[in-house]
Amino acid sequence: MFWQKEIETLSRDKLSALQLERLGRTLARVYERVPFYRKAMDGNGFRPEDLRGLKDITALPFTTREDLRAGYPDGLLAVERTEAVRLHTSSGTTGKPKAIFFSRRDLDQAAELLARCLVMTGTGPGDVLQNMMTYGLFTGALMMHYAAEKVGILVIPSGPGNTERQLDLMRDFGTTVLHITPSYLLYLADYLARAGLDPARDLKLKRAYVGAEPYSEETRRKIESLYGIDIYNSYGLSEMNGPGVAFECAGKQGMHLWEDNFLMEVVDPETGRPRAEGEAGELILTTLNREAMPIIRYRTRDITSVISEPCACGRTHRRITRIAGRADDMFIVRGVNIFPQQVERVLMAVSGVAQNYQIILDSYDQMTVRVEIQREVFDGHVEHLIRLKNLIIDRLRSEIVVRPEVELVEPGSLPTFEGKGKRVIDRRTM
Amino acid sequence: MTGVRQISVFASNRPGKIAAITGVLAEAGINIMGMNIASSGDFGVIKFLVNDLEKADRALREKGFTISLNEVLAIEMEDVPGGLHRIADLLYRKNINVEYSYGLPMKPHRNAILIIEVEDVEQAKLLLKNEPLRFLSEPEIQKERG
Ligand SMILES: [Zn+2]
Repeated sequence: MFWQKEIETLSRDKLSALQLERLGRTLARVYERVPFYRKAMDGNGFRPEDLRGLKDITALPFTTREDLRAGYPDGLLAVERTEAVRLHTSSGTTGKPKAIFFSRRDLDQAAELLARCLVMTGTGPGDVLQNMMTYGLFTGALMMHYAAEKVGILVIPSGPGNTERQLDLMRDFGTTVLHITPSYLLYLADYLARAGLDPARDLKLKRAYVGAEPYSEETRRKIESLYGIDIYNSYGLSEMNGPGVAFECAGKQGMHLWEDNFLMEVVDPETGRPRAEGEAGELILTTLNREAMPIIRYRTRDITSVISEPCACGRTHRRITRIAGRADDMFIVRGVNIFPQQVERVLMAVSGVAQNYQIILDSYDQMTVRVEIQREVFDGHVEHLIRLKNLIIDRLRSEIVVRPEVELVEPGSLPTFEGKGKRVIDRRTM
Repeated sequence: MTGVRQISVFASNRPGKIAAITGVLAEAGINIMGMNIASSGDFGVIKFLVNDLEKADRALREKGFTISLNEVLAIEMEDVPGGLHRIADLLYRKNINVEYSYGLPMKPHRNAILIIEVEDVEQAKLLLKNEPLRFLSEPEIQKERG
């Protein structure tokens, strides 16, 4: 099923031509209207009319999160403030937030893209979508709300929380689709089990769009079998509309990134130089179809790789692989790139350990992972702890290739972090 | 046979860890009757037999230690050559797998108490029910201990 079949299956040649045309328009627009970008182009001796091919974009500097913060509240706006109709902010752990403005046309475009994702994954008129994300400054809930209405889906704007009422809504209105965080979906499964309900029998759910928090493939499969529904991986960030930048089709083999709206590059996160095709690196995105606040070469800090092979579904927009981690967090042991998120994913799937962990790097060929045991699993038997430790070592080795040392430590003994803390202690002299 | 419980404390192998635990017990006025350490490189489990289990449990929990109470077998061991062997052989023949064991002296010139930790205490008790062994209870240990 397609929402905009023509554009979704446009030939690669035509798609590239459309990208080039839109990139040219975007560059001309920001050169004229946004001093930050004019200065960046002038500084590199680049004029929008110099653009000949998509590759020429590499002549321009990146836009970073810090640039967006420095531009707060409206320094990067390319329209009069009166032309903007929506504001979203994305808060960092420190400092000023990033403010993103949308014109009426931008919002409509964002909804179109997410509508493609909904229809691509089988949702359509007749479906009932319970939107359990937070409505507010965060893009997730509102963008999904507008997209679902556009497709003709009945939307229940329940927001998160109040599980009893959520359950009533699901039953009374026959909810078929959820938009929800993975942690709430897992909590809900537990709640249903305690209430003696079987989601497959007592609810009409067909699929869930899961976002806002990272989750592992294992968690996806677990949720799919708990509920008997489909989960589709997706990628989005508030700087680029929020959800629906890239989405899995029914094949569930990588996420189609809507290339008519975004120009993607993958670069070495250290040097900023382009990666060879198919190689993992940091995803760089340029908006191609935005009025109020175009962003050029945005450093997402997300690590992924591009799948260029055609997809069985017929869409020509290339796919990206599931996000492997954040560029800022990457470290190297024995020549292998490792992300704390990989370690985190493994630990999340092991019962008996807490989510708190620490990675110690003492040399270039050895890493130590400190893991807190859960108070409840301690039964006084040292053998059980050794078994737990060996299980963690095995699982980590198969995930990150390198065999780590694992130290089990007491619950509460590792420093806790607010939000995305620094869990890697690098003692190597760089 | 009434159960004997020991208190196990999880401890990462850091200097001063044992002293920190025994300090808490001393402060709470608890008498340590027996102690054993099961270590595995970076962490260990320290097991105590104490005169007041509930009080020790409370004191250590309050200080945030990770603890577990588990039942062990306390068997009187004759203070003669082959005394340990007699029990070990019996356990072997009954197919009872001993995880850890340690001895406590009884009052002067008497026998000793062998504390045995097994994976399944209930099953071990059942298997040893009709054997000529003397199992000691918690009060008996306190009385008999040297
Ligand atoms: Zn596809």
